[in-house]
Amino acid sequence: MNPFTPSAPAPFASAPGPTVRAVHDEFHGDLLEVSMGPQHPSTHGVFRMVATLDGEQLVKLKPVFGYLHRNHEKIAENTTYLGSMPYTDRLDYLCSMSTNWAYALAVEKLAGQAVPERAQYLRIIMAELTRLVNHSCLVGFLFNDLGTSFTPLLYAFREREKIIDLFEALSGSRMMCNYQRFGGCRVDPTPEWLAAAQQLVDNFPRFLDEYERMLTGNEIMLARTQGVGRLDATHAINAGITGPVLRASGVDYDLRKVDAYGFYAQFDFRVPLGAHGDTYDRYMMRILEMRESVKILQQAFKRLPAGPIMDPKAKLRGFRPKAGEAYGRLEGPKGELGFFLISDGSPNPYRYRVRPPSLINLTLLEEMCLGHTIADAVVILGSIDIVLGEVDR
Amino acid sequence: MLGSGIINGLIVTAKNFAGSYHDPERMVTVEYPEQKTVLPENYRNFPFLITENATDPMGTLRCVACQICEKECPPQCIIIEKSKDKKPDATGKLQLYPAIFGIDTSVCMSCQICVEVCPFDAIKMDKVFEIATTDRFQDLFLDRERLAKPNSYYHEIHPVEAAEVDGRLLAERKAAEEKAKVAAAAKAAAAAAKPVVTPPPATP
Repeated sequence: MNPFTPSAPAPFASAPGPTVRAVHDEFHGDLLEVSMGPQHPSTHGVFRMVATLDGEQLVKLKPVFGYLHRNHEKIAENTTYLGSMPYTDRLDYLCSMSTNWAYALAVEKLAGQAVPERAQYLRIIMAELTRLVNHSCLVGFLFNDLGTSFTPLLYAFREREKIIDLFEALSGSRMMCNYQRFGGCRVDPTPEWLAAAQQLVDNFPRFLDEYERMLTGNEIMLARTQGVGRLDATHAINAGITGPVLRASGVDYDLRKVDAYGFYAQFDFRVPLGAHGDTYDRYMMRILEMRESVKILQQAFKRLPAGPIMDPKAKLRGFRPKAGEAYGRLEGPKGELGFFLISDGSPNPYRYRVRPPSLINLTLLEEMCLGHTIADAVVILGSIDIVLGEVDR
Repeated sequence: MLGSGIINGLIVTAKNFAGSYHDPERMVTVEYPEQKTVLPENYRNFPFLITENATDPMGTLRCVACQICEKECPPQCIIIEKSKDKKPDATGKLQLYPAIFGIDTSVCMSCQICVEVCPFDAIKMDKVFEIATTDRFQDLFLDRERLAKPNSYYHEIHPVEAAEVDGRLLAERKAAEEKAKVAAAAKAAAAAAKPVVTPPPATP
């Protein structure tokens, strides 16, 4: 069955798992409500889960968020188009390079701005390096949630730090890169930078092999993740879930292939797909995507053309796109990351809206968690990959 | 075999543990206050103002108080007040200067947009990051005396970029001088030619 056909059934509310018991007899105790978070190390930020427990089983889970809300969209409507660019760094602070690109993509669509070839390649390099950063962080944190007490996380952070040092050498900041501009990129990498990046990418599969040897076959990990937090494809599509979480459920939907934005159509890479939609598949999806990213990076370094990095017609000051609206989206490391902009011809957007993949992937948390223990809920949350800066905006 | 995954994992951990003593790829930590990593050239922290002459920093600020950075700053952490009078700049042209120039570093988010929009190359990014203070109001608000740093300092922290900027400024200055020379010559020629062009008609 093609899950994209509109005739596909929409069993959105029929989640498997036990429901709240009405009977309280001497053999079953009362239900216990546990409020987990907002200050809890396993909730990846200021996120709260109100869990109702029957013994050890979860019978209800209410996600509560908004603790990190900082009015991002309204602020962006009162600043210039360029002025919003550094704010987009703060959305998903692990992947500022691809968030920058998504915003630049939307504004370029709105203004009809062309981007030179070298800048397109640089953007792909940055986006894929960001994917490596995000996914290596994610698998590290996932194992932290599984209770491995920091060792895998530190190995992952060691590799992440190398990429982030590259970002710092290029853009000036480790995480708040603010690198993309409308019509190109801000800084041209030097040949030394490119050589260092090439070497890092060459070494990356070795780290992945070591990491997989350490953890992928680990019996405890298999027992804790296989069959935990199942999500079926129909459910995931109906909830609008995107990114690795959707692909782990077996749906072949990757915007790099579907939209082929930038120059992705010229690159040779595969989209890994899961079969079960459980936490283990979501973990493997990240590992396989990192291997594909390395492939894309190798091709990009080989083909990177010389030339300008900025379109000569691009305007930095006094940027006023004509009235209209545009939606720019790309395959962020967490899913479909989109920016919707309405311009009324003034220097600031009339409406600015972010489609955050973290928030939308979080909506099915309860469906995935029901029937499992609270320790599994932590692992499932870790496998969804959220960043609260993006969820709450 | 059950347990082989765990043993494989422990081998990796043991390798990393041993490697953290001799393998440079695994020795990644730095004992911070004693040892420091070298900052990359492009590293940015907070902005500072460039002065041409270190002995008279307030008199030779490159900033002409055009207030573009104040307008473009996304978190609006820059405050500028124009001067009432004018002072000659490096090319000798009379320009305004900032009577008040302040940056609230507790608001600044180091985005570098002020540097990019400045048409006079007057504001650049600093590299100082050890800026902890005990007073969060006075010490974090930098006025123009604390922001002003000489051009030689800029060369020290961003050598490649500073050389490029200086080259461009020099070229602009030369072009301006050439233009002024040409204009002066034309003026002189016009002045010299004037009596020839309009000779009073000799009437006896």
